[in-house]
Amino acid sequence: MLTELRKSLIASIWFAFLTFPIMVIKVNSIEKTIQWRWMNVVYVMVGIFFLSMAFRFLLKQKEMRAGKEESGTEIKLSPIHQLINHPTYRVVFGAALLLFAVVYPFVFSTYQINIMTTALMYVVLGLGLNIVVGLAGLLDLGYVAFYAVGAYSYALLNHHFGLGFWAVLPIGGVLAAIFGILLGIPVLRLRGDYLAIVTLGFGEIIRLVLENWGEFSKGPSGISNIPRPGLFGIELSLNDAITYTYYLMVIFVVVTIFFVNRLQDSRLGRAWIALREDEIACQAMGIDKMKTKLIAFSLGAFWAGIIGVMFAAKTTFINPASFTFLESAMILSIVVLGGMGSIVGVILGALILILLPEYLRELSEYRMLAFGAALVAMMVFRPQGLISNVRRTYSINKDE
Amino acid sequence: MYVVHTALTKTSRMSKKILEVKNLTMDFGGVRALGGVDLDVKGGEIVALIGPNGAGKTTFFNCVTGIYYPTKGDILLHTPGRQKPKSLKGLKPNQVTVAGLARTFQNIRLFSQMTVLENVMIGRHCRTKAFIFGALFRTKSTRQEEKEIIDYSYSILEKVGLADLANEYSKNLPYGAQRRLEIARALATDPLLLLLDEPAAGMNPQETNELVTLIQNISSGGQSILLIEHDMKLVMTLSERIFVMDYGRKIAQGTPDEIRNNQEVIKAYLGEELDA
Repeated sequence: MLTELRKSLIASIWFAFLTFPIMVIKVNSIEKTIQWRWMNVVYVMVGIFFLSMAFRFLLKQKEMRAGKEESGTEIKLSPIHQLINHPTYRVVFGAALLLFAVVYPFVFSTYQINIMTTALMYVVLGLGLNIVVGLAGLLDLGYVAFYAVGAYSYALLNHHFGLGFWAVLPIGGVLAAIFGILLGIPVLRLRGDYLAIVTLGFGEIIRLVLENWGEFSKGPSGISNIPRPGLFGIELSLNDAITYTYYLMVIFVVVTIFFVNRLQDSRLGRAWIALREDEIACQAMGIDKMKTKLIAFSLGAFWAGIIGVMFAAKTTFINPASFTFLESAMILSIVVLGGMGSIVGVILGALILILLPEYLRELSEYRMLAFGAALVAMMVFRPQGLISNVRRTYSINKDE
Repeated sequence: MYVVHTALTKTSRMSKKILEVKNLTMDFGGVRALGGVDLDVKGGEIVALIGPNGAGKTTFFNCVTGIYYPTKGDILLHTPGRQKPKSLKGLKPNQVTVAGLARTFQNIRLFSQMTVLENVMIGRHCRTKAFIFGALFRTKSTRQEEKEIIDYSYSILEKVGLADLANEYSKNLPYGAQRRLEIARALATDPLLLLLDEPAAGMNPQETNELVTLIQNISSGGQSILLIEHDMKLVMTLSERIFVMDYGRKIAQGTPDEIRNNQEVIKAYLGEELDA
């Protein structure tokens, strides 16, 4: 206990020293005076001391819990797992969520609807990347490239040929999937870090091409006046269009959850997980490595393409700046933070990561600091993600 | 009712060669790991491949299962009901498994984040064919196939005595059970020949005894088995024929009794006698 106190004290002194130049000294360059804010040293030290104590306490608790799990034979499922695995609660829970999603636009403002639509788009992106990273274990840092392919295919096809949203939706998805296969064939021989670097490069290549090939993509100035999603040719007011886009996204999310859930428990899904766990053993079981990886890669890309089309239609303006590496990193954080391979986890991760910075706007410039701190704390206390994946169990009927 | 393992009965396969390895040679740069090894396995037989450490046994396995591409020689698989033997040389590991060779690994390679049953279900992958659309829309044939996979996998788990642990994560199993699960997973691919790479490595005597019983059970169903093993008691009890390797060459072959008294083999294991 005493050593803990000492460590926290040292940490607080160290922090006071580190933050001294920015927190204490304030130079007024007009009057050429220096203001010494000594009270800030006290605030920093006290604050860090208590934070450090809290951190140590939580870490201790975590270790104790881990020790208990090792010794006990029965590992208990967390309450949230019990909730989502229970047949009736699961339905009730899902229905409640869906009801909330349906009444949401009637309760909240247009601004709220807008950020929720964005969050739902990231839910689908996260679920798509979850196939690639969470299930098949292929670290893809250039996922945003496929998103860009989808968005630009809608913008360009609409601009040149006047194709509508619903016509381009499948085309955008398929084009992104084709890009996925084209990239996948040479690249999927690589593993782990190497694959991550090559996909990162691919993402940047797509963005740079869009930025510099002016005749094709109109360069950095982007493409504007992209039509919003159509509803049987009915003219919608701006507010209605936003609400309509929101409902479309809700439908997309539901459909995606449905399909990803089925994929996960299928023959293909099992092959992906086996591939993630051990490539050599997986091949020795007769699974074609390349084919299985390619399918994962192109399916993930397909979803990114679809959401790309949706993104272009929602914002009505796109330019290459929307498809930077930061987007890929964001989607990857959603998957990792939420829990790799877990659908509920990814949904929760997307909602937290996209909505939190919005609601933290009141903290203004500190919001990214708080966001970063939340991520670090998350990785320390729950490295497996918010909600880890639990494999399906089968009941075998012996009397058949 | 579970689908019964469809291997042919012991007598009908007996004495026909199913695997024929001819003059298998493997060079790693200037090092010759295998120098012209011949080996054959007949239907329903248990054959052991033994030799001191570094003799090239695992290299041999890796060549046969397609992990390495052999420098010279050929590997022929005689599939029942087919006139011409199929050459396995140059096939990828997964194609070799589809052709009918399934293996286990010296150091356990289970899918640790999957349940025991799912591990075995992976073995059924190459004998089933549901695909994206089947998975997305769960057609009738997919559901039927899925049920067959589960039933078949469960019946194999019953055979190796792991049925009670079907829904446990494979990483939580005790060591001996993990070994048996590896065998179950290989069996699920419906192999013509089962290759076991040191199945008893690291086992205590009781686990080894259970393993012997298990291998005898599998063999009595007509399954041909080729195994690498260091535990001589196990090898002598189980195998009908033994091949002995040393320094990448085959130095002897024969029944357990012949091998036991073979001077070359004794020399390889114990070294040469010194003349005083």
